[in-house]
Amino acid sequence: MANTAHAHAADAADETRRDFLLHTTAAMGVVGAGMMVWPLISSMNPAADTLALSSIELSLAGIAEGQRIKALWRGKPVFVSHRTAQEIDEARKVNVAELRDPQTDQVRAKKPEFLIVVGVCTHFGCVPQGTASTEVRGEFGGWFCPCHGSVYDTSGRIRRGPAPLNLEVPAHTYINDTTVRIG
Amino acid sequence: MKKYLLAAAAVVALAIPSVLPTSLRAAEHVELPKENWSFNGVLGGFDRAQLQRGFQVYKDVCAACHSLNYVSFRNFEALGYSEEQVKSLAAQYEVEDGPDDSGDMFKRKAKPSDHIPKPFANESMARLANGGALPPDLSLITKARVGGPDYIYNLLLGYEEPPAGFVMNPGSSYDKYFPGNQIAMAKQISDGLVTYADGSPNDAAHIAKDVTAFLHWAAEPKLEARHSTGLRVTLYALIFAVLAYLTKRRIWKNIPH
Amino acid sequence: MSTEKSGPTGKSAWRKAYEWHEARLPIVSWLDHSLGTKYPVPRNLNYWWNFGSLAMFMLAVMIFTGIFLAMNYTPHVSLAFDSVEHIMRDVNYGWLIRYMHANGASFFFIVVYIHILRGMYYGSYKSPREVLWWIGILIYLAMMATAFLGYVLPWGQMSFWGATVITNFFSAIPGIGQSIVTLLWGGFSVDNPTLNRFFSLHYLLPFVIVGLIFLHIWALHVPGANNPLGIDAAPADKIPFFPYYVMKDVFGLGVFVVIYFIAVFWFPNALGEPDNYIKANPLQTPEHIVPEWYYLPFYAILRSIPNKLLGVILMFGSILILFALPWLDTSRVRSGNFRPVFRIFFVTWIIDVLILGWVGSQPPEGIIPTIGLIGTIWYFIHFAVILPVVGWLETPKPLPASISQPVLQAAE
Repeated sequence: MANTAHAHAADAADETRRDFLLHTTAAMGVVGAGMMVWPLISSMNPAADTLALSSIELSLAGIAEGQRIKALWRGKPVFVSHRTAQEIDEARKVNVAELRDPQTDQVRAKKPEFLIVVGVCTHFGCVPQGTASTEVRGEFGGWFCPCHGSVYDTSGRIRRGPAPLNLEVPAHTYINDTTVRIG
Repeated sequence: MKKYLLAAAAVVALAIPSVLPTSLRAAEHVELPKENWSFNGVLGGFDRAQLQRGFQVYKDVCAACHSLNYVSFRNFEALGYSEEQVKSLAAQYEVEDGPDDSGDMFKRKAKPSDHIPKPFANESMARLANGGALPPDLSLITKARVGGPDYIYNLLLGYEEPPAGFVMNPGSSYDKYFPGNQIAMAKQISDGLVTYADGSPNDAAHIAKDVTAFLHWAAEPKLEARHSTGLRVTLYALIFAVLAYLTKRRIWKNIPH
Repeated sequence: MSTEKSGPTGKSAWRKAYEWHEARLPIVSWLDHSLGTKYPVPRNLNYWWNFGSLAMFMLAVMIFTGIFLAMNYTPHVSLAFDSVEHIMRDVNYGWLIRYMHANGASFFFIVVYIHILRGMYYGSYKSPREVLWWIGILIYLAMMATAFLGYVLPWGQMSFWGATVITNFFSAIPGIGQSIVTLLWGGFSVDNPTLNRFFSLHYLLPFVIVGLIFLHIWALHVPGANNPLGIDAAPADKIPFFPYYVMKDVFGLGVFVVIYFIAVFWFPNALGEPDNYIKANPLQTPEHIVPEWYYLPFYAILRSIPNKLLGVILMFGSILILFALPWLDTSRVRSGNFRPVFRIFFVTWIIDVLILGWVGSQPPEGIIPTIGLIGTIWYFIHFAVILPVVGWLETPKPLPASISQPVLQAAE
């Protein structure tokens, strides 16, 4: 009888040890599989050569007042608008508090005469019209997205239509008076 | 006991193919002296100062004829240069870009994201300038030759007078490690060929070793990450295997087999 | 053997949800019967039986790494080599994924060769497992095709010339040979159309292999697994696949993975050819063109025969003859453990294949083709003459009455 009790205790201790081993092995297996998956997922992120191309330098010297151009940055269009005094004025006299995405023009355009925005509608990613002078610019004189009718003003801010946010201003710095680096 | 023998046999069987082809291939060539490279061994890596010296040799000597197509200036940060140093290094080179607004191609200073410019615009020009021979691209050279870095190093130093009676083609040099012994590249590496800023020895053997190490970095830039990741991953798998064995033994305890 | 139902026990909500779902799609009990507690396996399997699950693991590794490689690879003659270098240098962990894939091919073959040899030694191809064996050969053939197609993709010198030589096998077919080769190439030489279709097929075939593996496992479940004694296992001598063999396979996997990692992380190019780090050049054949190691014995058979058509026929025949193996081996005893004469010839045959492999790696000069010819003749004699004759004449050792008999005897 005493013998059986002893055997039971041993079995129970054995059982615990088996569980511990089993759980540790299973945990290590699962974590190991996860570690194998990580490089695969990570490989989908931008590669080193893509990252190296993430900034461009742009000369503004050739853009006449009132003219807008498109440049390619990270595979997307960037709009550079050399604004007229009237366009600047329109952008600055707006009551910011009434905007859907309140931002002053002073924050968006480091130099008042140049507005630099990513030309991708914040709704679903179409390229708004209005860069070429022949294109529709919408009732606020900025850009008009043909996909779902979002209207942007001369500061690239959303004024009407479904887009939730203003056109993105990419990080940029002026290297000198006529050269800007984007990204 | 028998099953352990079987397991051991399985391990050996798995290992055989990994040894066999290499040794078979080695037999085809002259015995190469084995060099003691910093990148050999379980955690072997690159010696940054040596890579910088090797790059200097490539830039001053090899680059006149040999391209390094798969290396960009930005990669040189791995040699221990700062971002600024890489930028000014790139700016010493010119690359073609364009077309500009008038439709013309133009030359501009290289940026870190640019690849190292080739010495010749195309294969025909390269052959024309080198007596009909094509200087191979060097970005993979240590992996593209049997013997790897040992071969490249010894080849660079293996120039000697042809044995009596050996008929040489015009324009060829005799190298005891080159297959067929007649190599179109003339002897390049000699004592004092370059002077290192860090005052390192610049005899032929050291120069050859530095440039070979640099070329091996160019061919296998992720070698250090491979070794360090490998050690961690393999140790993890080893511990897992031991635990799995113990668990298996527990589970099977009551099964006679 | 557990006689409970599959899934959660008791009357919990889990059990109810489980039963609701099983009534509509009985996938859990299907899995439980396939590779779980309801799949009875002889309890005396040794570690040679681990290599089936290892092969499945390697197929999974190849498919997963392959999918992510394909995301960065470009199947175009002017970009393929560059895109592989892009993977090696710029893509995050690209070097790891590519080296796992490239070495994975070799390790997949190592595992499958051991798996095949295990089947040959223990007579796993014999009645009632002939169809199981056939499907295995089909998997092996599909693997060889996949590996060949994949080797072409980096578009190095060995890729290009391997593709040229192997597609030219079909030119040996009298009359229509050259037309077939032109069809395979999509042109007058191995070129961009060839590379494109090879990429497409290389992506397709692994999923064909997955399908074949389903059939392979299905065919395995009808008679059940063979065992080292080769006798039919009584129900009392079987244990459930889960947890016993699952755990044993997991342990085997742990050991295998350590060896695989050592190759990937420290000798990633040991099984490759340096020439494949040179971009394909249609004007220059490398001095020694050698196929990957896993084809070498068959390559040796091809080269040993001085006649082009006959060489190709014998090369394919050396694999196709395996389909007839269940009938060429006339012995009714399955396991080689009880067949002393067969054992000698089995080992001799393995040595013969290894010699052929070595011959295949050597330049065909001097005595090499003669050795290859002798090896080739022996290869076929083994299957066509020795196996039938040994089966008739050999006196096998007495077979145990049951699996438990020798186990219990050993325990005493």
